Amino acid sequence: MTTPSPVTAPNAPGRRLRARSGRAPWILVLPALAAVAFLVLPFAGLLISAPWPDMGQRLREPDVLSALWLSLVTATVATVVSVLFGVPLAWLLARAEFPGRRFVRALVTVPLVIPPVVGGVALLIVLGRNGILGSHLDAWFGLTIPFTTAAVVMAQVFVAMPFLVISVEGSLRGADRRYEEAAATLGASRATVFTRVTLPMVLPGIGAGAVLCWARALGEFGATITFAGNFPGSTQTMPLAVYMAMQRDPEAAIVLSLVLLLVSLAVLVTLREKWVNT
Amino acid sequence: MGSYLDADLRLSRGDFTLDARLGAERGEILALLGPNGAGKSSALRALAGLVPLAAGHVRVDGHDETTTAVEGRPIGMVFQDYLLFPHMSALDNVAFGPRCQGAGKTEARRRAGSLLERMGLVEHAGARPGSLSGGQAQRVALARALAVQPRLLLLDEPMAALDASTRVEVRARLRHWLEEFDGATVLVTHDPLDAMVLADRIAVIEHGGGGEQGTPAEVARRPRTPYVARLVGLNLFRGNAEGTTVTLEAGAEGKAATVRLPEPASGPALVAFPPRAVALYAEPPHGSPRNVWRVYVDGVERFGDQVRVHLAGPPDLAADVSPAAVAELGLVRGKTVWAGVKAAEVESYGT
Repeated sequence: MTTPSPVTAPNAPGRRLRARSGRAPWILVLPALAAVAFLVLPFAGLLISAPWPDMGQRLREPDVLSALWLSLVTATVATVVSVLFGVPLAWLLARAEFPGRRFVRALVTVPLVIPPVVGGVALLIVLGRNGILGSHLDAWFGLTIPFTTAAVVMAQVFVAMPFLVISVEGSLRGADRRYEEAAATLGASRATVFTRVTLPMVLPGIGAGAVLCWARALGEFGATITFAGNFPGSTQTMPLAVYMAMQRDPEAAIVLSLVLLLVSLAVLVTLREKWVNT
Repeated sequence: MGSYLDADLRLSRGDFTLDARLGAERGEILALLGPNGAGKSSALRALAGLVPLAAGHVRVDGHDETTTAVEGRPIGMVFQDYLLFPHMSALDNVAFGPRCQGAGKTEARRRAGSLLERMGLVEHAGARPGSLSGGQAQRVALARALAVQPRLLLLDEPMAALDASTRVEVRARLRHWLEEFDGATVLVTHDPLDAMVLADRIAVIEHGGGGEQGTPAEVARRPRTPYVARLVGLNLFRGNAEGTTVTLEAGAEGKAATVRLPEPASGPALVAFPPRAVALYAEPPHGSPRNVWRVYVDGVERFGDQVRVHLAGPPDLAADVSPAAVAELGLVRGKTVWAGVKAAEVESYGT
């Protein structure tokens, strides 16, 4: 057996003496190492096989930039929409008493467990040009949703909003409701209690939920390709571009993947500092 | 019953029930005193409207508030751990209530600022609650409650979150602020000292019911329940008076003791005397008219500069003696002694 070296926090100002609480048992260490290897190796592979010499030129290709821009914009819009509608929904689930609340909560979590492509099919059936709602939208307003950028956002909201709702509902349940009572004794209406007391206190939870939601929206593939199609410039997001590139030019797929990886890591690390570790 | 605050609180939650009538005059401070879990806090929350009443009423200053929502009641509340909003400065905490009542931002802050100034907290106005000491946080919480200009001020264990070293000072200061308040104050505490120092009237809440009510002096001199008697440090017995003799209710062994009174009485009576009035003897004493019981020592504990001796009778009682007497009499557990109390030291009153 090897002796594991002591693990120190990356930002620790110096080594401190601490009481030894015994070694981590190998029955935990070995599977953990295997898990880390499994999760990290594919990324290492990406880095190794990337076409580094002509990387700069490949990155400047218009398709790459437009797909990246579309992904960032749609994921951000989808997150904003999810926050605007998901936070009130989370509040209702956590705070309000209404019949069928458990059922509604179960429904909200459905998009978490179904394959996204099924969600895309469902969206298409309802909002497609011949769909249950979509046919009326088309007839009355001349609105067509499928295969537009709006459809990309809707597909992303569909799969990503439940992450936000679950996360925010959790922090609402964990929040100390006595502060809300204190606000009520000071004359605050329920709406004021929510905006001035509840919301600021669950802001870290909303931030964490929004980060999860954004990451999920950025990676969305199945519902997008089904409901929004794959048109460069309007509906071809980065995951779709990676998939398409893989068919004809694997090196381009590697470049796109690396870009996606870097952007998500950069955003997540930045936001994590701000939101998750509070 | 007080006319300014007139409350009849009846509620039940699971197997807990509360049934208490409370009253206070304008400017009066009413303390709800009782053991933990007796329903004091529930009574306070019912007054605030935070828990609904099953029956009864809450009237403040002639207005029926029984069905008024929490945010509409003329109340200010100081919670046990103050519950200052952690994301706001002390000033904004105090300005919160006036803002909710419709005051403009500038006006609300001005009112909050002058309250904090009166409480000597000007230099902490911009501080977040997390950086305030316990006593400062309590004052901010009090200022926040007073800022809504309530007619009924509710304080839930206002001293509980403070450490012992600051209590004396904070208690005195709290008394000062409460005296300035011109509405009625209801204060919940499990500490008899808080109740005695801060309150004009005390209502004892035990087992979900309102028990005795009266001024601190009345409650302390003539307790009606063993709980209150223990709080104020009296030996209390229940019995039946006939002439100058009270026959106490029989103890566990079925033997009944008697107590002689200074004045005649009749019917069911409570008998109380302080532990320091009890003298202990190794031999049966003779002479002056006193009550003498043969008892044995059940336990000995230090109590200030005295020693409290718990005696098993009948009657079961406590005696405070000097450490020298403990040594002289050899008071160890199981030792038989004679306990004597002068009739003049015994207080008897109706049940």
